[in-house]
Amino acid sequence: MSEGKIKVSIDGILVEVEPGTTIMNAARQIGGDVVPPAMCYYSSLEGSGGKCRTCLVKVSKGSEKDPRPMPKLVASCRTGVMDGMEVQNITSPEVLEARKGIVEFLLINHPLDCPVCDQAGECDLQNLSYKHGIEETRYNFDRRTFEKIDIGDKIKLHMTRCILCYRCVMVADQLTDKRVHGVLGRGDVSEISTYISNAVDNDFSGNMIDVCPVGALTDRTFRFKNRVWFTKPVEAHRDCPTCSGKVTLWYKGEEVLRVTGRKDEFGELEEFICNDCRFDKKATSDWVIDGPRSVKNTSVISSNHYELPAPPPVIKENLKLQTENKKQLERAEKLK
Amino acid sequence: MTRQLLLEHINVPGINTFEVYRRMGGYSAVEKAIKTMGPEGVLEEVKTSGLRGRGGAGFPTGMKWSFLAKPEGVPRYLVCNADESEPGTFKDRYLMTYIPHLLIEGMIVSSFALGAHTSYIYVRGEMMQQIRILEQAIAEAKANGFLGKNILGSGYDLEVYVHPGAGAYICGEETALLESLEGKRGNPRIKPPFPAVSGLYNCPTVVNNVETIAATVSIINDGGAEYAKIGIGRSTGTKLISAGGNLNKPGVYEIELGLPVEEFIYSDEYCGGIANGKQLKAVVAGGSSVPILPANLILKTIEGAPRLMSYESLAEGGFVSGTMLGSGGFIAFDEDQCIVRNTWNFTRFYHHESCGQCSPCREGTGWMEKVLFSIENGQGRSSDMDLLVNVAKNIEGNTICPLGDAAAWPVASAIRHFRDEFEWHVNNPVESQSRNYGLANYAIMANS
Ligand SMILES: Cc1cc2nc3c(=O)[nH]c(=O)nc-3n(C[C@H](O)[C@H](O)[C@H](O)COP(=O)(O)O)c2cc1C
Ligand code: SF4
Ligand code: SF4
Ligand code: FES
Repeated sequence: MSEGKIKVSIDGILVEVEPGTTIMNAARQIGGDVVPPAMCYYSSLEGSGGKCRTCLVKVSKGSEKDPRPMPKLVASCRTGVMDGMEVQNITSPEVLEARKGIVEFLLINHPLDCPVCDQAGECDLQNLSYKHGIEETRYNFDRRTFEKIDIGDKIKLHMTRCILCYRCVMVADQLTDKRVHGVLGRGDVSEISTYISNAVDNDFSGNMIDVCPVGALTDRTFRFKNRVWFTKPVEAHRDCPTCSGKVTLWYKGEEVLRVTGRKDEFGELEEFICNDCRFDKKATSDWVIDGPRSVKNTSVISSNHYELPAPPPVIKENLKLQTENKKQLERAEKLK
Repeated sequence: MTRQLLLEHINVPGINTFEVYRRMGGYSAVEKAIKTMGPEGVLEEVKTSGLRGRGGAGFPTGMKWSFLAKPEGVPRYLVCNADESEPGTFKDRYLMTYIPHLLIEGMIVSSFALGAHTSYIYVRGEMMQQIRILEQAIAEAKANGFLGKNILGSGYDLEVYVHPGAGAYICGEETALLESLEGKRGNPRIKPPFPAVSGLYNCPTVVNNVETIAATVSIINDGGAEYAKIGIGRSTGTKLISAGGNLNKPGVYEIELGLPVEEFIYSDEYCGGIANGKQLKAVVAGGSSVPILPANLILKTIEGAPRLMSYESLAEGGFVSGTMLGSGGFIAFDEDQCIVRNTWNFTRFYHHESCGQCSPCREGTGWMEKVLFSIENGQGRSSDMDLLVNVAKNIEGNTICPLGDAAAWPVASAIRHFRDEFEWHVNNPVESQSRNYGLANYAIMANS
């Protein structure tokens, strides 16, 4: 065992991590299917996580010292690992069952207006429901709705789609000064709003759009221009006095339809970008092109890229996972 | 007559004033604690007493106090939870209204034991009257040297502040309370860290219920061992029960833990039986969030032993046939009460009070309310009961704070024990609008 590191096993796969690491981040070090889905946690936003409950996992052994299992499922994004801890994610039927329930909760009041939503195709909620949800709805009541509002001239808030992950509030709190928006009200009528519809207006406010896991915050300069899967993502940079200037440009033909930050494999921004880069630099001549962006095969954006849906290598090494992922393995074997 | 440790002097005229309270022996616990016992001594007595938190969870108070972190140079806080908002619970308000100095005295000895120099009483916003009473009591105690700088010449300083809430049930949850006290939106915190390590302003904090803190006074006066003699097993001491519903004599009673439930309901010393000569149908024994039990199961356990008013006895049978002592909000339902309507009413409350932070509680409470509302109004479907049980299960245990559980348990237990009444509602949509189901069908329940 390396110096100062502690051992934890997730779905039977051992990993050594720094003390203080959360279960979520330990799982991300392993990668692949053992990574719990995260709808609210965002590693670069302090205090994020714990709210959506999609990342619940089972701790079947607390630690080497105290092997008792934890009595309830825990939020992996906010629970620290202990030495010798054993965690079950996709190997626990209880976790999968609970997750199904959570996805259902997130969807009962969601408008399901994907056909007209700009986020469709890169929406975490869409992906989550395909992977973990059930096909029909058991909810027979009117869904909650809100008026759409403009927060400033660049951002549209469509609160009806919001899952109240609080990420945008944290962006406003931690990245920009003089926060003017937050959560109003309580319970299922709480809403993200601005103080008397104030404009959210400062250099980094646009990052709210990128951290929003659903289509609740969208880019008004891109709204309804195109479906994301028809656009081509290209990495580019510019010498920006305000931010790193490292972005993704989304092309349709010759035209840059939208500029976003660069997202990593977990859907999180590598760096926050400024509003100037995001909203005002829409000509190829503004940018130095780095090359096409590689797109994960689970995204519909990659629908025209024929890649082998290979199972992550970890599954091949682990019996437990193999049984859990039988279907996926079979599919992969056939394709070979 | 039961020993009255909290309410002994409640009927003495003027007991709400410092002068009369002092004449009746008040503030002697402060003198004893500060002059002869020291903080460690107080802690030891509280541990010996076996006192358990009276706010609902029943966590041993001595143990909670000993978990308090004590880093050098960092202040520690005691916060009294006087947010009392659980439907059916009205004991803290009673205590604060009529004998406020008991709480202030308890605050002083408890703060002294914990080494806190600033303590807060977080009072539910609607209780303006009690806020004024407490402020008056604090001023009197201060004028008489029991609060402020250098209490009784000991060198110990303490200020107690009253802080009004803004009318949210969730601010009774201890970490939401701390957020609210800090001036923020009352969202429960994600634990860990626990308040004992990082509570108010990120400092080590103990949060205790009003009654818990008041109970420390007699523990200091008479000794923890004396206190532990009262009660039964791990349920030591006395407990305030706020009895409501269809009872002949609803009100706040101080009982010795271990009192048979039957005696509490039917004896003249307590509730004096069911009002208007009706029969008992069901009881919610510890505030709206604990599982509801039909009359047969609240009077006797499934094994046939008499059910006692104690943490253990009420919980016997687990969630299948038991319930919880909770906060002591005892609600009795007679044969004319509709369980469906009541369950809907409770759920409406939890839906309204959910802070909305986590998805299962935010969405699930509203969903359950809507389903219950449609059953109550003759629009239920036969699949609704299973749906409710399933939604409750998906909430329970999966949330940030226990409000999710508190919303799920009443629904799950009502359907567990009164399923036939729900089915009757669904199958008789018209009739159920004009009459009640009546007594529960106990025969069915005994078999299932
Ligand atoms: C939703 C919710 C509401 C609560 N409301 C109260 C309350 O009004 N008063 C109270 O003393 N405890 C309340 N509690 C319990 C507190 O969180 C905490 O456990 C208690 O104040 C601890 O004090 P004790 O150990 O003296 O019981 C509530 C808990 C939850 C989850
Ligand atoms: S608007 Fe988007 S980022 Fe903000 S809370 Fe809602 S879902 Fe999260
Ligand atoms: S369980 Fe309900 S009240 Fe508690 S944090 Fe979650 S949403 Fe808020
Ligand atoms: S990602 Fe962990 S609770 Fe949302």
